[in-house]
Amino acid sequence: MNTLDLPSITATGRPIVIDPTDAARPYLDDRRDGCVSRWLAHRLAKSASPGLWYASPLILVLLVGFVAPLFCVVWFSFMPERTFSLFGTPTFSNYTQIFGQTYYRSLFWSLGLGALTTAILLVICYPLAFALAKVFKRFATFVTIGITLSLFVSENIRLFGWVLGLMKGGVIGGLLGTLGLPYASPLYDVGVIVLGLVYVYLPFMLFPLILGIQMVPDQVREAAFDLGASRWRVFREIDVPLSMPGIVIGSMLTFVLAVGAMAEAKILGGQKVVTIAAEIETAFTYAQNWPLGSGLSTLLIGIVGTIVFLTLRKFDPETLLGNKS
Amino acid sequence: MTSRTQKIGFGAFAGVVLLVFYFPLLSVALASLSKKRYFSFPIENYTLKWYSDAIHSAAISEYVTISLKIAALTTIFSLVIGFFAALAYARYPWRGRKSFQRLVLLPLFFPQTVLGLALLMWFSFLGVTTSWMTAVVAHTVWIAPIATLIIAIQAYSLDPSLEEASRDLGATRWQTLRMVTLPLLGQSLFSAGCFSFLLSWGNFALSLFTTGADSALPEWLYSRMVVGYQPLIPAVGTLSVLGAVAVALVLLLFLQWRSRRHKTTAPAA
Repeated sequence: MNTLDLPSITATGRPIVIDPTDAARPYLDDRRDGCVSRWLAHRLAKSASPGLWYASPLILVLLVGFVAPLFCVVWFSFMPERTFSLFGTPTFSNYTQIFGQTYYRSLFWSLGLGALTTAILLVICYPLAFALAKVFKRFATFVTIGITLSLFVSENIRLFGWVLGLMKGGVIGGLLGTLGLPYASPLYDVGVIVLGLVYVYLPFMLFPLILGIQMVPDQVREAAFDLGASRWRVFREIDVPLSMPGIVIGSMLTFVLAVGAMAEAKILGGQKVVTIAAEIETAFTYAQNWPLGSGLSTLLIGIVGTIVFLTLRKFDPETLLGNKS
Repeated sequence: MTSRTQKIGFGAFAGVVLLVFYFPLLSVALASLSKKRYFSFPIENYTLKWYSDAIHSAAISEYVTISLKIAALTTIFSLVIGFFAALAYARYPWRGRKSFQRLVLLPLFFPQTVLGLALLMWFSFLGVTTSWMTAVVAHTVWIAPIATLIIAIQAYSLDPSLEEASRDLGATRWQTLRMVTLPLLGQSLFSAGCFSFLLSWGNFALSLFTTGADSALPEWLYSRMVVGYQPLIPAVGTLSVLGAVAVALVLLLFLQWRSRRHKTTAPAA
């Protein structure tokens, strides 16, 4: 049920109907409130809907702390090499350097690892999300809490746990050793990086999928079964299309975050793979070449931004949040 | 609809996923109990020495203090900003609402490393020296939208007639907000507060670039994982996890208590 579209609102065609006495009211009958609240009440009463007022603190934070820094990065990518000032003569030299060197390798690694992680997570999380949304009740709460809790543990502690578990003489190696079995540590290779990415980003796929699958009405599935559809056909023609917003948003989220990941390849993968985020960090820190780092960041922002823009244009995340209530 | 065997299959699968999920944390906890400087399994001599070292170390308590300060301020800012933003997001229709809803999501769909570096450059451009206070700004940019979404979920199901009744009875918008809307959203505010605190407490990628000369706990842990490992590191890691679990448990108990009270007082709802 959508509680937003009140009949009184749609009837007048205006967002909030204002009582004509409203503007005067805070000054007349509100003696108990302080000066600030009276001012605020007056401002709120004057504006047609408090929406923009209420949104403005967050808009301000995001403009100053998110949009402006990104513009700063893009602008910096046109500055001459190794400068720390934003007022140099604009140049394309960072981009010619990026495309002339082997940075494309890191970019392909990141995109490939991101795609592989997303694919694996879809296969693991769909049945899990289905079980949590449709099959279990109490047990589902338990599993959901268990997975949410892990989000609060620093990513690097969890990845370090994998190192301790998988290293030679670690938990698994030691267990196998006491049984007299040989053990070759999978650490510092591509496989274990994928494991780390799948592990860290699982909640970001799982939760949108659960919300998506909750949107599939049980009656529709039952009707299809009653009409003789096979399990596979119900999955393909009912479950997947109706839970598509969850699938798309979960996939986009995991892909975008995995493409920008760095810690997994660093902690678990040794020096085997250098991701694009690691290249960016190196350019900023060790190389002290901010314009180059900005150029690489701009490239990554461009890729991520395009994907997010295209997805959000087709799929409204509000359908996932709003339909829950 | 689902048969018994299916149920067992799904249950086993979920169980395996949870086990794998907690395997690394178990490894960390085991490593912290080993007497030997270098971890090897099975552990020969168990000790709690590293925990007492961790608790008595002045350096570690300083990192903890910094992390706590960042998390506390981030939580306060995120809650205040998120409360109003959630009402704008879910409750009131207004002209720029659709664009606002997209804008709120952007920081979440963004690699944190790049956001951290972008903020580092931005602060340097503005001439602000980075310290734990700039980290609060960085954390708030990422966490305030999350708090907004958590509160928005409850704000969607807010009954508008309650606010209207309050207005009709002569309350100002500000009084209605304080005495009707705020208490009605209490549960999600509490959840959002806990989430904000915990996400800030565990955050590494943003802190790494924005704390300057200060160091938050996850940063220090990371630097010692790379060079200079000793069982003190997993011991501190385990303590930080246990602290987070304690906060999460308080949240869970609160939600349970709320839902039980809700059931007894308003069975019709």
